[in-house]
Amino acid sequence: MDSGLLQTPLHAHHVALGARMVGFAGYDMPVQYPDGVLAEHNWTRSSAGLFDVSHMGQAMLVASDRSHETAAAALEALVPAEIVALEPGAQRYTQLLNDTGGIIDDLMVTRPAEPALDGSLLLVVNAARKDVDHDHIAARLPAGVTLRPMPDRALLALQGPHSAAILGEMSEASTVLPFMAAASMPLCGIDCHVSRSGYTGEDGFEIAIAGEDVVELWDRLLSDERVRPIGLGARDSLRLEAGLCLYGHDIDETTSPVEAGLTWSIGRRRRVEGGFPGFERIARELADGPARRRVGIIPEGRAPAREGTEIVVDGNVVGSVTSGGFGPTLGGPVAMGYVASAFAPVESRVDLLVRGQPRPARIAKMPFVPHRYAR
Amino acid sequence: MTTRYSSDHEWIRMEGDVAVIGITDYAQEQLGDVVYVELPDPGRKVKPGDDAAVVESVKAASEVYAPVSGEVVEVNAALADNPALVNEDPAGAGWFLKVRLSNPSEIEALMDEAAYKAFVADL
Repeated sequence: MDSGLLQTPLHAHHVALGARMVGFAGYDMPVQYPDGVLAEHNWTRSSAGLFDVSHMGQAMLVASDRSHETAAAALEALVPAEIVALEPGAQRYTQLLNDTGGIIDDLMVTRPAEPALDGSLLLVVNAARKDVDHDHIAARLPAGVTLRPMPDRALLALQGPHSAAILGEMSEASTVLPFMAAASMPLCGIDCHVSRSGYTGEDGFEIAIAGEDVVELWDRLLSDERVRPIGLGARDSLRLEAGLCLYGHDIDETTSPVEAGLTWSIGRRRRVEGGFPGFERIARELADGPARRRVGIIPEGRAPAREGTEIVVDGNVVGSVTSGGFGPTLGGPVAMGYVASAFAPVESRVDLLVRGQPRPARIAKMPFVPHRYAR
Repeated sequence: MTTRYSSDHEWIRMEGDVAVIGITDYAQEQLGDVVYVELPDPGRKVKPGDDAAVVESVKAASEVYAPVSGEVVEVNAALADNPALVNEDPAGAGWFLKVRLSNPSEIEALMDEAAYKAFVADL
Protein backbone atom coordinates (compact mmCIF):
# COMPACT_ATOMS: atom_id res chain seq x y z
CA MET A 1 0.00 0.00 0.00
CA ASP A 2 1.51 3.31 -1.09
CA SER A 3 0.07 6.05 1.10
CA GLY A 4 2.25 8.70 -0.52
CA LEU A 5 3.59 9.48 2.94
CA LEU A 6 7.28 9.79 3.72
CA GLN A 7 8.89 7.60 6.35
CA THR A 8 11.59 8.27 8.90
CA PRO A 9 14.41 5.72 9.23
CA LEU A 10 12.58 4.36 12.31
CA HIS A 11 9.28 3.66 10.54
CA ALA A 12 9.56 -0.13 10.66
CA HIS A 13 10.50 0.07 14.35
CA HIS A 14 7.38 2.06 15.19
CA VAL A 15 5.22 -0.48 13.36
CA ALA A 16 6.98 -3.38 15.11
CA LEU A 17 6.36 -1.72 18.49
CA GLY A 18 2.63 -1.74 17.68
CA ALA A 19 2.28 1.99 17.07
CA ARG A 20 -0.84 3.42 15.47
CA MET A 21 0.49 5.33 12.47
CA VAL A 22 -1.06 8.50 11.08
CA GLY A 23 -0.19 10.99 8.38
CA PHE A 24 1.43 14.09 9.88
CA ALA A 25 3.12 16.83 7.84
CA GLY A 26 3.56 14.42 4.96
CA TYR A 27 5.10 11.66 7.10
CA ASP A 28 3.65 8.40 8.35
CA MET A 29 4.24 8.89 12.08
CA PRO A 30 3.36 7.09 15.36
CA VAL A 31 0.49 8.88 17.10
CA GLN A 32 0.57 6.42 19.98
CA TYR A 33 2.05 3.09 20.99
CA PRO A 34 0.07 0.35 22.76
CA ASP A 35 0.47 2.09 26.16
CA GLY A 36 -1.80 4.91 24.91
CA VAL A 37 -1.60 8.69 25.10
CA LEU A 38 -2.34 9.06 28.83
CA ALA A 39 0.26 6.52 29.92
CA GLU A 40 2.84 7.91 27.49
CA HIS A 41 2.23 11.44 28.72
CA ASN A 42 2.56 10.42 32.37
CA TRP A 43 5.64 8.31 31.66
CA THR A 44 7.39 11.31 30.10
CA ARG A 45 6.57 13.49 33.11
CA SER A 46 7.76 10.85 35.59
CA SER A 47 10.62 9.00 33.86
CA ALA A 48 11.85 9.49 30.26
CA GLY A 49 10.08 9.42 26.90
CA LEU A 50 11.78 8.82 23.56
CA PHE A 51 10.36 10.60 20.52
CA ASP A 52 11.23 10.13 16.86
CA VAL A 53 11.12 13.67 15.50
CA SER A 54 13.13 12.93 12.38
CA HIS A 55 10.36 14.46 10.27
CA MET A 56 11.50 17.92 11.40
CA GLY A 57 13.59 19.94 8.99
CA GLN A 58 17.29 20.24 9.76
CA ALA A 59 19.53 22.56 7.80
CA MET A 60 22.81 24.39 8.10
CA LEU A 61 23.32 28.03 7.22
CA VAL A 62 26.92 28.46 6.12
CA ALA A 63 29.00 31.60 5.57
CA SER A 64 31.79 30.99 3.06
CA ASP A 65 34.10 33.33 5.00
CA ARG A 66 33.71 31.07 8.08
CA SER A 67 32.67 34.09 10.14
CA HIS A 68 29.92 33.74 12.73
CA GLU A 69 29.05 37.41 12.25
CA THR A 70 28.42 36.88 8.55
CA ALA A 71 26.08 33.92 9.07
CA ALA A 72 24.38 35.53 12.07
CA ALA A 73 23.76 38.83 10.27
CA ALA A 74 22.22 36.96 7.34
CA LEU A 75 19.80 35.15 9.67
CA GLU A 76 19.05 38.26 11.71
CA ALA A 77 17.64 39.82 8.54
CA LEU A 78 14.90 37.14 8.69
CA VAL A 79 14.24 36.65 12.44
CA PRO A 80 13.81 38.97 15.47
CA ALA A 81 16.14 37.12 17.88
CA GLU A 82 19.65 38.12 18.92
CA ILE A 83 21.83 35.79 16.83
CA VAL A 84 25.09 37.76 16.45
CA ALA A 85 25.75 37.64 20.21
CA LEU A 86 25.12 33.88 20.47
CA GLU A 87 28.04 32.19 22.22
CA PRO A 88 29.49 29.00 20.76
CA GLY A 89 27.21 26.11 21.74
CA ALA A 90 24.23 28.36 22.51
CA GLN A 91 20.74 27.70 21.17
CA ARG A 92 17.90 30.16 20.56
CA TYR A 93 14.19 29.89 19.81
CA THR A 94 12.99 32.35 17.17
CA GLN A 95 10.58 32.86 14.27
CA LEU A 96 10.90 33.49 10.55
CA LEU A 97 8.75 36.57 9.95
CA ASN A 98 6.97 37.85 6.88
CA ASP A 99 6.86 41.51 5.85
CA THR A 100 3.79 42.16 8.02
CA GLY A 101 5.32 40.56 11.11
CA GLY A 102 3.39 37.30 10.77
CA ILE A 103 5.12 34.03 11.59
CA ILE A 104 6.21 31.90 8.62
CA ASP A 105 7.57 29.30 11.03
CA ASP A 106 9.16 28.96 14.43
CA LEU A 107 12.57 27.36 14.72
CA MET A 108 15.59 26.56 16.85
CA VAL A 109 18.94 28.10 15.94
CA THR A 110 22.21 26.78 17.33
CA ARG A 111 25.72 28.17 17.00
CA PRO A 112 27.95 25.08 16.97
CA ALA A 113 30.28 24.79 19.96
CA GLU A 114 33.22 23.66 17.82
CA PRO A 115 35.52 26.47 16.59
CA ALA A 116 36.02 24.53 13.35
CA LEU A 117 32.32 24.98 12.58
CA ASP A 118 32.24 28.72 13.19
CA GLY A 119 30.41 30.56 10.46
CA SER A 120 27.64 27.97 10.43
CA LEU A 121 24.28 27.90 12.21
CA LEU A 122 22.15 24.81 12.71
CA LEU A 123 18.44 25.30 12.10
CA VAL A 124 15.57 22.98 13.08
CA VAL A 125 12.21 23.90 11.57
CA ASN A 126 8.74 22.33 11.52
CA ALA A 127 8.20 19.37 9.20
CA ALA A 128 5.14 20.87 7.54
CA ARG A 129 7.02 24.10 6.79
CA LYS A 130 10.46 22.97 5.75
CA ASP A 131 10.00 23.47 2.02
CA VAL A 132 8.42 26.90 2.54
CA ASP A 133 11.16 27.86 5.00
CA HIS A 134 14.03 26.64 2.87
CA ASP A 135 12.75 28.51 -0.20
CA HIS A 136 12.11 31.63 1.89
CA ILE A 137 15.56 31.61 3.48
CA ALA A 138 17.49 30.67 0.35
CA ALA A 139 15.85 33.46 -1.65
CA ARG A 140 16.91 36.09 0.89
CA LEU A 141 20.49 35.17 1.71
CA PRO A 142 23.29 37.54 0.71
CA ALA A 143 26.15 36.38 -1.50
CA GLY A 144 28.55 34.21 0.46
CA VAL A 145 25.91 32.62 2.69
CA THR A 146 24.16 29.41 1.67
CA LEU A 147 21.51 27.14 3.17
CA ARG A 148 22.24 23.42 3.16
CA PRO A 149 19.22 21.26 3.98
CA MET A 150 20.18 18.03 5.74
CA PRO A 151 17.41 15.62 4.73
CA ASP A 152 19.46 12.59 5.73
CA ARG A 153 19.73 13.63 9.37
CA ALA A 154 17.46 12.03 11.94
CA LEU A 155 16.37 13.64 15.21
CA LEU A 156 15.43 12.01 18.52
CA ALA A 157 14.10 13.70 21.63
CA LEU A 158 14.66 12.19 25.08
CA GLN A 159 12.43 14.05 27.53
CA GLY A 160 11.63 13.69 31.20
CA PRO A 161 13.22 13.84 34.67
CA HIS A 162 15.40 10.75 34.15
CA SER A 163 16.75 11.90 30.78
CA ALA A 164 19.93 13.44 32.18
CA ALA A 165 20.88 10.34 34.15
CA ILE A 166 20.20 8.07 31.17
CA LEU A 167 22.16 10.11 28.67
CA GLY A 168 24.87 10.79 31.25
CA GLU A 169 25.64 7.06 31.36
CA MET A 170 26.35 7.22 27.62
CA SER A 171 28.24 10.53 27.59
CA GLU A 172 29.38 12.61 30.53
CA ALA A 173 29.50 15.61 28.22
CA SER A 174 25.69 15.64 28.04
CA THR A 175 25.29 16.18 31.78
CA VAL A 176 27.15 19.51 31.83
CA LEU A 177 25.00 21.04 29.07
CA PRO A 178 22.69 23.71 30.50
CA PHE A 179 19.22 24.34 29.06
CA MET A 180 19.41 25.71 25.49
CA ALA A 181 23.03 24.69 24.95
CA ALA A 182 24.40 22.15 22.50
CA ALA A 183 27.55 20.20 21.74
CA SER A 184 28.78 17.37 19.54
CA MET A 185 29.52 14.13 21.37
CA PRO A 186 29.63 10.42 20.64
CA LEU A 187 26.71 8.31 21.89
CA CYS A 188 27.32 4.53 21.57
CA GLY A 189 30.32 5.47 19.46
CA ILE A 190 28.18 7.42 16.97
CA ASP A 191 28.74 11.11 16.28
CA CYS A 192 25.74 13.05 17.56
CA HIS A 193 24.82 16.67 18.04
CA VAL A 194 23.04 16.98 21.37
CA SER A 195 21.11 19.98 22.67
CA ARG A 196 19.44 20.37 26.05
CA SER A 197 16.00 21.36 24.86
CA GLY A 198 12.65 19.95 23.95
CA TYR A 199 8.93 20.42 23.54
CA THR A 200 7.48 18.95 26.73
CA GLY A 201 8.37 21.41 29.50
CA GLU A 202 10.59 18.72 31.05
CA ASP A 203 14.36 18.50 31.24
CA GLY A 204 15.59 16.66 28.19
CA PHE A 205 17.65 16.48 25.05
CA GLU A 206 17.30 16.56 21.31
CA ILE A 207 19.82 14.41 19.48
CA ALA A 208 20.66 14.98 15.82
CA ILE A 209 22.28 11.94 14.21
CA ALA A 210 22.90 10.50 10.75
CA GLY A 211 19.76 8.73 9.51
CA GLU A 212 21.70 5.52 8.90
CA ASP A 213 22.81 5.42 12.56
CA VAL A 214 19.59 6.39 14.32
CA VAL A 215 18.20 2.84 14.63
CA GLU A 216 21.17 1.79 16.75
CA LEU A 217 20.78 4.74 19.13
CA TRP A 218 16.98 4.30 19.30
CA ASP A 219 17.35 0.62 20.25
CA ARG A 220 20.05 1.39 22.77
CA LEU A 221 17.97 4.07 24.49
CA LEU A 222 14.85 1.87 24.51
CA SER A 223 16.82 -0.97 26.11
CA ASP A 224 16.91 1.18 29.26
CA GLU A 225 13.85 0.28 31.34
CA ARG A 226 13.38 3.95 32.27
CA VAL A 227 12.75 4.82 28.61
CA ARG A 228 9.54 4.22 26.63
CA PRO A 229 8.60 5.35 23.12
CA ILE A 230 6.17 8.27 22.96
CA GLY A 231 3.92 9.19 20.02
CA LEU A 232 2.64 12.45 18.60
CA GLY A 233 -0.52 12.32 20.73
CA ALA A 234 1.36 12.69 24.00
CA ARG A 235 3.81 15.09 22.37
CA ASP A 236 0.82 17.38 21.78
CA SER A 237 -0.66 17.08 25.28
CA LEU A 238 2.77 17.61 26.84
CA ARG A 239 3.52 20.76 24.86
CA LEU A 240 0.01 22.10 25.48
CA GLU A 241 0.42 21.76 29.25
CA ALA A 242 3.85 23.42 28.87
CA GLY A 243 2.16 26.37 27.09
CA LEU A 244 4.27 25.90 23.95
CA CYS A 245 2.98 26.96 20.51
CA LEU A 246 2.17 24.51 17.73
CA TYR A 247 2.75 26.04 14.31
CA GLY A 248 -0.34 26.21 12.09
CA HIS A 249 -2.55 26.26 15.17
CA ASP A 250 -1.32 28.73 17.82
CA ILE A 251 0.87 30.73 15.46
CA ASP A 252 0.68 31.32 11.71
CA GLU A 253 1.33 33.94 9.04
CA THR A 254 -1.27 36.29 10.58
CA THR A 255 -0.06 36.20 14.20
CA SER A 256 2.91 38.25 15.35
CA PRO A 257 5.37 37.12 18.04
CA VAL A 258 4.08 39.90 20.31
CA GLU A 259 0.47 38.72 20.00
CA ALA A 260 1.64 35.15 20.53
CA GLY A 261 3.32 35.99 23.84
CA LEU A 262 6.77 35.36 22.36
CA THR A 263 8.15 38.83 23.06
CA TRP A 264 10.72 37.22 25.38
CA SER A 265 12.33 35.70 22.28
CA ILE A 266 12.83 39.09 20.56
CA GLY A 267 16.35 40.40 21.24
CA ARG A 268 16.62 43.60 23.29
CA ARG A 269 18.91 45.26 20.74
CA ARG A 270 16.60 44.17 17.96
CA ARG A 271 13.52 45.76 19.56
CA VAL A 272 15.32 49.08 19.17
CA GLU A 273 17.25 48.57 15.96
CA GLY A 274 14.81 46.43 14.03
CA GLY A 275 16.30 45.14 10.80
CA PHE A 276 13.91 42.19 10.47
CA PRO A 277 10.71 41.77 8.44
CA GLY A 278 7.59 43.23 10.02
CA PHE A 279 9.53 45.46 12.43
CA GLU A 280 7.04 48.29 11.94
CA ARG A 281 4.14 46.22 13.28
CA ILE A 282 6.19 44.64 16.04
CA ALA A 283 7.55 48.00 17.25
CA ARG A 284 4.00 49.37 17.30
CA GLU A 285 2.68 46.35 19.21
CA LEU A 286 5.56 46.57 21.69
CA ALA A 287 4.82 50.26 22.28
CA ASP A 288 1.01 50.22 22.31
CA GLY A 289 0.22 46.59 23.12
CA PRO A 290 -1.28 44.20 20.58
CA ALA A 291 -5.01 44.12 19.83
CA ARG A 292 -5.20 40.44 20.76
CA ARG A 293 -3.09 38.08 22.80
CA ARG A 294 -2.48 34.37 23.08
CA VAL A 295 -3.70 33.22 26.48
CA GLY A 296 -4.05 30.07 28.51
CA ILE A 297 -7.62 28.93 29.19
CA ILE A 298 -8.90 26.54 31.84
CA PRO A 299 -12.47 25.38 31.18
CA GLU A 300 -14.59 24.72 34.27
CA GLY A 301 -15.97 21.22 34.44
CA ARG A 302 -14.56 18.37 32.42
CA ALA A 303 -15.57 19.12 28.82
CA PRO A 304 -12.55 19.87 26.61
CA ALA A 305 -12.78 22.86 24.24
CA ARG A 306 -11.19 22.03 20.91
CA GLU A 307 -9.44 24.17 18.31
CA GLY A 308 -11.91 26.58 16.68
CA THR A 309 -14.14 26.91 19.75
CA GLU A 310 -15.44 30.48 20.01
CA ILE A 311 -14.59 32.48 23.12
CA VAL A 312 -17.48 34.69 24.22
CA VAL A 313 -17.97 37.46 26.79
CA ASP A 314 -21.48 38.85 27.38
CA GLY A 315 -22.63 37.20 24.18
CA ASN A 316 -19.90 38.80 22.04
CA VAL A 317 -17.22 36.73 20.37
CA VAL A 318 -13.84 37.95 21.69
CA GLY A 319 -11.58 35.23 20.33
CA SER A 320 -11.18 31.55 19.61
CA VAL A 321 -9.36 28.49 20.88
CA THR A 322 -6.28 27.50 18.85
CA SER A 323 -5.29 24.35 20.79
CA GLY A 324 -7.43 22.51 23.26
CA GLY A 325 -7.81 19.13 24.81
CA PHE A 326 -7.24 17.22 27.99
CA GLY A 327 -4.20 17.79 30.18
CA PRO A 328 -3.32 14.45 31.78
CA THR A 329 -1.00 16.00 34.39
CA LEU A 330 -3.60 18.65 35.27
CA GLY A 331 -6.31 16.01 35.23
CA GLY A 332 -8.73 18.18 33.31
CA PRO A 333 -9.36 20.16 30.16
CA VAL A 334 -6.90 22.83 29.07
CA ALA A 335 -6.69 25.16 26.09
CA MET A 336 -4.96 28.13 24.57
CA GLY A 337 -6.27 30.69 22.16
CA TYR A 338 -6.40 34.34 21.21
CA VAL A 339 -8.64 36.93 22.87
CA ALA A 340 -9.00 40.69 22.49
CA SER A 341 -6.44 42.19 24.87
CA ALA A 342 -9.10 43.57 27.24
CA PHE A 343 -10.00 39.97 28.14
CA ALA A 344 -6.42 38.67 28.36
CA PRO A 345 -5.60 39.34 32.06
CA VAL A 346 -5.25 36.17 34.13
CA GLU A 347 -8.47 35.21 35.94
CA SER A 348 -10.68 36.99 33.38
CA ARG A 349 -13.95 35.10 33.00
CA VAL A 350 -15.03 33.97 29.55
CA ASP A 351 -17.47 31.47 28.05
CA LEU A 352 -16.51 28.81 25.53
CA LEU A 353 -19.13 27.84 22.95
CA VAL A 354 -18.81 24.05 23.00
CA ARG A 355 -21.38 22.46 20.66
CA GLY A 356 -23.42 25.64 20.85
CA GLN A 357 -23.54 25.71 24.65
CA PRO A 358 -21.67 28.45 26.57
CA ARG A 359 -19.43 26.87 29.15
CA PRO A 360 -17.59 28.97 31.76
CA ALA A 361 -13.81 29.18 31.68
CA ARG A 362 -11.07 31.42 33.01
CA ILE A 363 -7.93 32.89 31.52
CA ALA A 364 -4.95 31.20 33.18
CA LYS A 365 -1.23 31.71 33.42
CA MET A 366 0.97 29.54 31.22
CA PRO A 367 2.69 27.17 31.47
CA PHE A 368 -0.14 25.17 33.01
CA VAL A 369 2.40 22.66 34.32
CA PRO A 370 5.63 24.27 35.58
CA HIS A 371 8.67 23.89 33.33
CA ARG A 372 11.41 21.76 34.85
CA TYR A 373 14.31 22.74 32.62
CA ALA A 374 17.94 22.33 33.75
CA ARG A 375 18.87 25.95 34.35
CA MET B 1 -30.91 -11.29 26.02
CA THR B 2 -30.27 -9.95 22.55
CA THR B 3 -27.31 -7.74 21.75
CA ARG B 4 -27.18 -5.98 18.42
CA TYR B 5 -24.58 -3.77 16.83
CA SER B 6 -24.60 -0.69 14.61
CA SER B 7 -22.18 0.14 11.83
CA ASP B 8 -21.15 3.13 14.01
CA HIS B 9 -19.74 0.64 16.54
CA GLU B 10 -22.45 0.84 19.16
CA TRP B 11 -23.90 -2.14 20.98
CA ILE B 12 -27.60 -2.24 21.81
CA ARG B 13 -28.77 -4.69 24.47
CA MET B 14 -32.50 -5.16 25.01
CA GLU B 15 -33.86 -5.18 28.57
CA GLY B 16 -37.63 -5.46 28.06
CA ASP B 17 -38.64 -2.53 25.87
CA VAL B 18 -35.57 -0.52 26.88
CA ALA B 19 -32.36 -0.58 24.85
CA VAL B 20 -29.09 -0.14 26.76
CA ILE B 21 -26.57 1.49 24.44
CA GLY B 22 -22.80 1.74 24.60
CA ILE B 23 -19.81 1.67 22.28
CA THR B 24 -18.00 -1.49 21.33
CA ASP B 25 -14.58 -2.67 22.38
CA TYR B 26 -13.40 -1.95 18.85
CA ALA B 27 -14.64 1.65 19.15
CA GLN B 28 -12.98 2.30 22.52
CA GLU B 29 -9.76 0.80 21.18
CA GLN B 30 -9.86 3.16 18.20
CA LEU B 31 -10.64 6.20 20.36
CA GLY B 32 -7.93 5.58 22.92
CA ASP B 33 -8.12 6.97 26.45
CA VAL B 34 -11.59 8.45 27.00
CA VAL B 35 -11.44 11.63 29.11
CA TYR B 36 -14.98 12.99 28.81
CA VAL B 37 -18.44 11.75 27.85
CA GLU B 38 -21.33 14.13 27.21
CA LEU B 39 -24.72 12.47 27.59
CA PRO B 40 -28.22 13.68 26.69
CA ASP B 41 -30.81 14.74 29.24
CA PRO B 42 -33.32 12.00 30.09
CA GLY B 43 -36.61 12.68 28.33
CA ARG B 44 -34.97 13.60 25.04
CA LYS B 45 -36.46 11.94 21.97
CA VAL B 46 -33.95 10.52 19.50
CA LYS B 47 -34.14 8.81 16.13
CA PRO B 48 -31.48 6.92 14.16
CA GLY B 49 -28.65 9.22 13.11
CA ASP B 50 -29.30 11.89 15.76
CA ASP B 51 -26.38 13.00 17.90
CA ALA B 52 -26.99 11.17 21.15
CA ALA B 53 -23.68 11.65 22.98
CA VAL B 54 -20.14 12.89 22.54
CA VAL B 55 -17.12 10.87 23.58
CA GLU B 56 -13.76 12.62 23.84
CA SER B 57 -10.27 11.18 23.91
CA VAL B 58 -7.17 13.21 24.76
CA LYS B 59 -6.91 14.22 21.13
CA ALA B 60 -10.39 14.47 19.66
CA ALA B 61 -14.15 14.56 20.14
CA SER B 62 -16.39 11.99 18.42
CA GLU B 63 -20.16 11.98 18.06
CA VAL B 64 -22.18 8.97 19.12
CA TYR B 65 -25.30 8.62 16.98
CA ALA B 66 -28.58 7.15 18.17
CA PRO B 67 -28.96 3.71 16.59
CA VAL B 68 -32.70 3.50 17.34
CA SER B 69 -35.77 5.70 17.87
CA GLY B 70 -37.19 6.41 21.27
CA GLU B 71 -36.96 8.38 24.48
CA VAL B 72 -33.84 8.57 26.63
CA VAL B 73 -34.88 7.21 30.03
CA GLU B 74 -31.51 7.03 31.81
CA VAL B 75 -27.86 7.89 31.29
CA ASN B 76 -24.78 6.45 32.97
CA ALA B 77 -23.97 9.05 35.64
CA ALA B 78 -20.80 7.17 36.61
CA LEU B 79 -19.12 8.30 33.36
CA ALA B 80 -19.05 11.92 34.56
CA ASP B 81 -16.46 11.16 37.22
CA ASN B 82 -14.89 8.11 35.63
CA PRO B 83 -14.96 8.29 31.82
CA ALA B 84 -12.20 5.65 31.72
CA LEU B 85 -14.97 3.07 32.39
CA VAL B 86 -15.60 3.28 28.64
CA ASN B 87 -12.10 1.86 28.04
CA GLU B 88 -12.09 -0.56 30.95
CA ASP B 89 -15.50 -2.17 30.48
CA PRO B 90 -17.14 -0.89 27.28
CA ALA B 91 -19.81 -3.62 27.19
CA GLY B 92 -20.67 -3.34 30.89
CA ALA B 93 -19.97 -0.52 33.36
CA GLY B 94 -19.08 1.78 30.49
CA TRP B 95 -22.63 1.89 29.06
CA PHE B 96 -23.87 5.28 27.83
CA LEU B 97 -27.65 5.54 27.82
CA LYS B 98 -30.98 3.71 27.95
CA VAL B 99 -33.66 4.39 25.34
CA ARG B 100 -37.29 3.22 25.50
CA LEU B 101 -37.94 2.12 21.94
CA SER B 102 -40.73 3.71 19.94
CA ASN B 103 -40.18 1.37 17.03
CA PRO B 104 -38.88 -2.01 18.27
CA SER B 105 -38.62 -3.37 14.73
CA GLU B 106 -35.58 -1.13 14.18
CA ILE B 107 -33.62 -3.63 16.27
CA GLU B 108 -34.04 -6.24 13.57
CA ALA B 109 -32.16 -4.07 11.07
CA LEU B 110 -29.05 -4.00 13.28
CA MET B 111 -26.24 -6.53 13.10
CA ASP B 112 -26.05 -9.56 15.34
CA GLU B 113 -22.72 -10.44 16.95
CA ALA B 114 -21.53 -12.65 14.11
CA ALA B 115 -22.35 -10.00 11.51
CA TYR B 116 -20.63 -7.29 13.54
CA LYS B 117 -17.52 -9.42 13.97
CA ALA B 118 -17.39 -9.94 10.23
CA PHE B 119 -17.97 -6.21 9.70
CA VAL B 120 -15.04 -5.27 11.96
CA ALA B 121 -12.80 -7.92 10.43
CA ASP B 122 -13.27 -6.24 7.05
CA LEU B 123 -12.25 -2.77 8.28
